[in-house]
Amino acid sequence: MRRIGEEELVLTSEKAGIIRQEIIKMLGEAGSGHTGGSLSAADMVACLYFWEMKLDPKKPDWVDRDRFVLSKGHAAPVLYAALAEKGFFPREYLKTLRKLGSPLQGHPDMRQLAGVEACTGSLGQGISWAVGMALAARIDKRDYRVYALLGDGELEEGMVWEATMAAAHYRLDNLLALVDNNGLQIDGKIAEVMSPEPITDKFAAFGWNTLEIDGHDHRQIMEALNSARSFKGSPTAIIARTTKGKGCSFMENRVEWHGTAPNREEVEKALAELA
Amino acid sequence: MKKQATRDAYGQALLELGALYDNIVVLDADLSKSTKTVEFARAYPERFINAGIAEQNMMGMAAGLASCGKVVFASSFAIFATGRAFEQVRNSIAYAKLNVKICATHAGITVGEDGGSHQSVEDIALMRSVPNMTVIVPSDGISTRQALFQLYQHEGPAYLRLGRPAVPQVHDPELDFAIGRAVELRRGKDLSLMACGIMVSKALQAAEILAAEGIEVSVVDVLSIKPLDKEMIISKARESGALLTLEEHSIIGGLGSSICEVVCEYCPVPVTCLGINDLFGLSGSPEELLQYYGLGVEQIVEKARNLLKKK
Repeated sequence: MRRIGEEELVLTSEKAGIIRQEIIKMLGEAGSGHTGGSLSAADMVACLYFWEMKLDPKKPDWVDRDRFVLSKGHAAPVLYAALAEKGFFPREYLKTLRKLGSPLQGHPDMRQLAGVEACTGSLGQGISWAVGMALAARIDKRDYRVYALLGDGELEEGMVWEATMAAAHYRLDNLLALVDNNGLQIDGKIAEVMSPEPITDKFAAFGWNTLEIDGHDHRQIMEALNSARSFKGSPTAIIARTTKGKGCSFMENRVEWHGTAPNREEVEKALAELA
Repeated sequence: MKKQATRDAYGQALLELGALYDNIVVLDADLSKSTKTVEFARAYPERFINAGIAEQNMMGMAAGLASCGKVVFASSFAIFATGRAFEQVRNSIAYAKLNVKICATHAGITVGEDGGSHQSVEDIALMRSVPNMTVIVPSDGISTRQALFQLYQHEGPAYLRLGRPAVPQVHDPELDFAIGRAVELRRGKDLSLMACGIMVSKALQAAEILAAEGIEVSVVDVLSIKPLDKEMIISKARESGALLTLEEHSIIGGLGSSICEVVCEYCPVPVTCLGINDLFGLSGSPEELLQYYGLGVEQIVEKARNLLKKK
C-alpha cells in the first residue's frame, strides 16, 4: 500500500494545478484542441504521474516501467503537460502543440515524443493496446503495471468491450482502466446521444473488479489505486465521476468546450481562476 | 507435382521461427485450425494468444505487444483481418510503424464453398494503400517460408496474403526471396505475364500452351506488391511491349493497378489486367470458381492472344 498523507496530497494537488495551467496555455497557443476532456482528467493524471506510476523520465524505454495509455487520445494536452512536468522533454515544447513539425501531434504519437506509449486518437484502440502490454508483461514475467484512461463516450465503441472481455478472460490483474465519466460527448450528454450507462455494471458484468470515485478527489483516487493494485485475478476499472472543463468555471460541464480551444481573453480568464 | 497450401507452409514456418526466436508472439481470432497458427499454439502455448472472434481487439493487442518488443504474427481470414480490422491495422499498427505481420489466409475466391462473404477480393488494394505497410503475396510453400523468415527480420508492419487450397510448387528451394524483388520464372520475348499467388502456376501452364502455338511469353512472380520491383516491371514492359497481369483479386486496386501505375509513368505499353471484375464471390468449388471468374488457364491463354494483337 502506498502512503496517502498530507505531503503526497499537497504534491499531486500542486501538480494538477500546474497541469491545468499548461493545458490552457498550450491550447491557447495552438488555437485548436480539446479543452474540456483534458481538464476533466487532470486530477487522475496528476495522481498517476506523481504518486502511482513507476517511471524514469531519463529512461523512457526502461523495460520495467509502468505504462500509461491515453485511450481518450484527444485529451493529449493533459498527457503532454504531465510528461513535461515529469521531465520527459523540455517545457518549451508545449507551445508547439499541433504545429507542423512538432513532436506534440494533435493526438499522441509514440514515435515522436518520449513518454508517449501508444498512438491513440481513434477511440477504443488504446485500451486494446493496454491489454496487449499487460499480456507482454505476463509473457515476460515482469511486474510493471498498465494504466489506460478512457472517455465515457469512448465506451460506445464496440472494440472497447472486445478488449474488456479479453482482459477479464486473461485475468490481467496488472491492468487498470480509468473512465473519465464527465457525462458529455460532442453531440451532447452521453445519456442523450448514446447512453453507455450503467458503466460500472457493464465492467462488472464483463468480469472486472470495479470502483467508483469522485475523479477530482485525490484521496479517493489514491485509495482506489491502492485497492486496484492489490486486487488479484481480474483487471480493475475505476469509474470516476468528473466535470468536463474542471477548474475553469465558464467551461465546466459545457458541451461546447469539448473540441474548442480558448482564445486569448479566455486564456487569461482561465489562468486567473487557476492561479 | 508437389502441392502445398501456403497456409500450411505458414504454420510450419511459424514453428521454425518460434524455435529460433523467443520474442515471437502469435495471435489468432478463433480460426487457428484454418490459419494453421494452431501448430505454434500447441508448441508454444505461452506465446500464443487467442483473441476470440474479435479481430479489432486482436490488432490492438498486437500493437500493444509489439510496443513491448515482441515480433507479432496476427492471423485471421483476409476479409476479416484487412476488412473488419482495417482501421485498427491502419491506426494502431501502420501509423505506429509497429513490428506486426498480418498473415491472413483464405484470400480470394478459392475459399470456395463458404461463399462471397468470406472471399476477400479487396485485401491487396486495402493493404497497399496504407503507408508503412509492406505487402507480400507468396505463390507457393517455398516462397511462403522464405517470406516469413524475411519478414521476421524486417522491422515494421507487413501484410502476407495466403490462400486456402494446395498449390503447385513453382520456386526452387534455393529461391532468394527479397522484399521488393519480383522473380522471373520463364523468359519469352512476345509478352510478359505478371502474376501473383495462385495465378503464378496458372500463368506457367498458360505459357506452355502458348509456346506450343509459337508464342513465347515471360512469366514473372510479383511476390512483393509493395514495395514493387519497378525495375523488373519497366524492363519487361520494354522487352515485351505488352503486359498481362494476373491476380485472384479485384482488377481494382491490386497487382494490376500497381503495375499500371508504374507502366503509365515510366513505359506506357498496353496492359490487360486479368482478375475478378469488380464482383463479389460465390459458393462453389475453388477450381469451378476460378473458371467462373475468368481465371482459368484457357481464359488466360485467350487474353494473351488478344493482348498480342494490341502491340
